[in-house]
This record gives sequence, C-alpha cells and structure tokens, in this order.
Amino acid sequence: MLYINVILMTVVLFLSGASVNEGLSVGDTAQDFQLKNTDGTLVSLASDEKAKGYILVFTCNTCPYSVAYEDRIIKLHEMFASQGYPVIAIQPNDPKRSPGDSFQKMQQRAQKKAFPFAYLWDKSQKTTKAYGATNTPQVYVLNKQADNRFKIAYIGAIDNNSRNAQAADKHYVQLAVKSLIKGDPPQTTKTKAIGCSIKWTR
Amino acid sequence: MLKALVILLCLSCSLTLVRAQHEVKVVKYDALETLITRDSPKLEVINFWATWCKPCIKELPYFQALHQKMGGTVTVTLISLDFADELNTKVIPFVNKRQLAPTVLLLDEIDYNSWIDKVDSTWTGAIPATLVINHQTGKRKFVENELTNKELIELVNELLN
Repeated sequence: MLYINVILMTVVLFLSGASVNEGLSVGDTAQDFQLKNTDGTLVSLASDEKAKGYILVFTCNTCPYSVAYEDRIIKLHEMFASQGYPVIAIQPNDPKRSPGDSFQKMQQRAQKKAFPFAYLWDKSQKTTKAYGATNTPQVYVLNKQADNRFKIAYIGAIDNNSRNAQAADKHYVQLAVKSLIKGDPPQTTKTKAIGCSIKWTR
Repeated sequence: MLKALVILLCLSCSLTLVRAQHEVKVVKYDALETLITRDSPKLEVINFWATWCKPCIKELPYFQALHQKMGGTVTVTLISLDFADELNTKVIPFVNKRQLAPTVLLLDEIDYNSWIDKVDSTWTGAIPATLVINHQTGKRKFVENELTNKELIELVNELLN
C-alpha cells in the first residue's frame, strides 16, 4: 500500500511539475483562435490569407514593460507586415483584476497610439492558456507551413533591453523573422525576460 | 501660538527620527549569486518584486513579518527589479514609506535572458517570484506566484525541516 502511495505521489508530482511547462513549445503547431479586435471585428490566424506568419504578442495596457515596448511592437509591424509577418497583439488579463485592461481601455489605447495591428481581447483566456503565455509582453513568432498550418518558430522577449530600445543589442524577434523570410530556422528560438504576470480570472 | 508651533516642529522632528531612512544598494548578478551559493546557517528567502507590481506589493508585508519574527533563523532579501534609473524617484521613497526592514537590493541586470535561468530553470520571468534555500541541507524551492502569509510560512517550515 505504501509502495502504491509512493508511486501515486511520484506521478502526481510529475504531473504537477509538468503543468508548469504546459502550453506550446517551439516546433509545435500554433492553435488558431477567434478573438475580438478593438474595432469590433473577429480576428483569427486565417483572417489574413497573405500572411506567411505572424508576430503574436501577448501584451496589455497596464504592464510597465508592455508600455515600454509599445513603440517597438509598432515598429515590428511596420518592418515586417509588408513582408508577410504582421503583428497580432493579444490582451490576456482579466479586467476584473486589472481594470486598466478593460476592452474599452484597450480601444482607447489602440486609438491613442494608432496601433497599425490587431489588438485582441482574450476574454476567456483560453488562447493564452493554450499557448502557455505567462507574462506580458511575450512573443510567439509563427511561420506558415505548406499545409497552411502555423508552426511556432520563436518564443520569448522582443530584445534584450526593456528599458532602452537604443541600448538593446540582441533583437531576438527581428532576427527570428529575418531568418524565416530567408527560409532559415531562427538561431535563437527561446528567450526569457522579466515581465508582469498574467492576471488570471479567479 | 509660538509655543504651539515649537511643539509641533519638535513633534515632526521626532517623527522623522523614528522613520528611519533605508538604504537600497544597486547590485549586479554576482551579488544575487552570492546569496544563492553562500554557506549560511540561516534559511535564505529571496523575493523578487518591483514597485509597479501589485501582487508583489500585496505579499511584501508577509516577508516583512517573516523577517521580524524569524530573523534569527531566516535571512529575507527583497530583490527589486525596478529600473535602476528609478532608484531615487520610486524605489527608495517606496521602501521608506513602507518602512521595509529586510535588506532591499535593486538588481540592475537588464539583459534578463542572461540570468533568469541561473536563478531557476523553471522561472518564466513573471513576478512575484520567491526562492527559498536551505544552505545546510542543500534543499531549495522556487515559487513563481503570489504567496499568502500561510503559504509563505508553510514554505519556510518545509525548507527548515
């Protein structure tokens, strides 16, 4: 009996340990979604037929790091949308826990900063959970395959200096997308950065 | 009238004296590494926070209480991940206002990817996060979550035994 308990405990421990890393990894097929944009339309990965991939950014209005990266996210879209890799931003926080991230506040922010990309609200947080995003801002670079599915090519930070764009000397997302455009796999496929934890619905 | 003013002034002076000014050192990763690897008889409790992080601020009083009640067996260090250029405008005023008694260090390492995994390979980078190390037994536990007071005490007791 004790032996069985030990085995059970080990299994439980293993499962709970594995749950930390749940979500999608580099190389996995990206799950599609249908989420409401700040202009009221529904957006999915299939919406843009010309897209060769996406720069998917989990971000929000309120996190200081997200705010610090806003202009850089706009720049990424300006750099790569015309080459087939537009930005899609997804706001994952529950507005009950983070009132500054309500849909109305998202609309105001998108208008004020004239976001050239879709800014979607993941109301149910299902998409965020499926991808395994944990903090904001966090980027998933997707690349379209021959079968029209999207594969994850990079997960992580935009660059290596959240405080000062000019001081950053490793532009992870730019490098990843440039590699994909050339037809090469990105050299760096995963990075980590300090960010704001996602405010999950309680 | 003048007498009242003098009394008032003295009162405010003494209040200022009671409210000690706290020091916040700006450090690099090696200082954090020292905390992680040093040989200390005390349990090492390292909390990662920032002045802008609401859940972090919510749990700070529990770390303050832990420091005050168990300072003899536990070393509490609060590692601020605020930007170093906001030390004097945000961090020090916050630490003084809250009268934070544990050691507060500001970790000025903006190239996060270069050190997050060294703290713990499971850390995604979200804060609050807490690392507890028993240097004597070699046991360690990393929690990337907001802790309640009960959870913090349980975590400390688990690692002390």
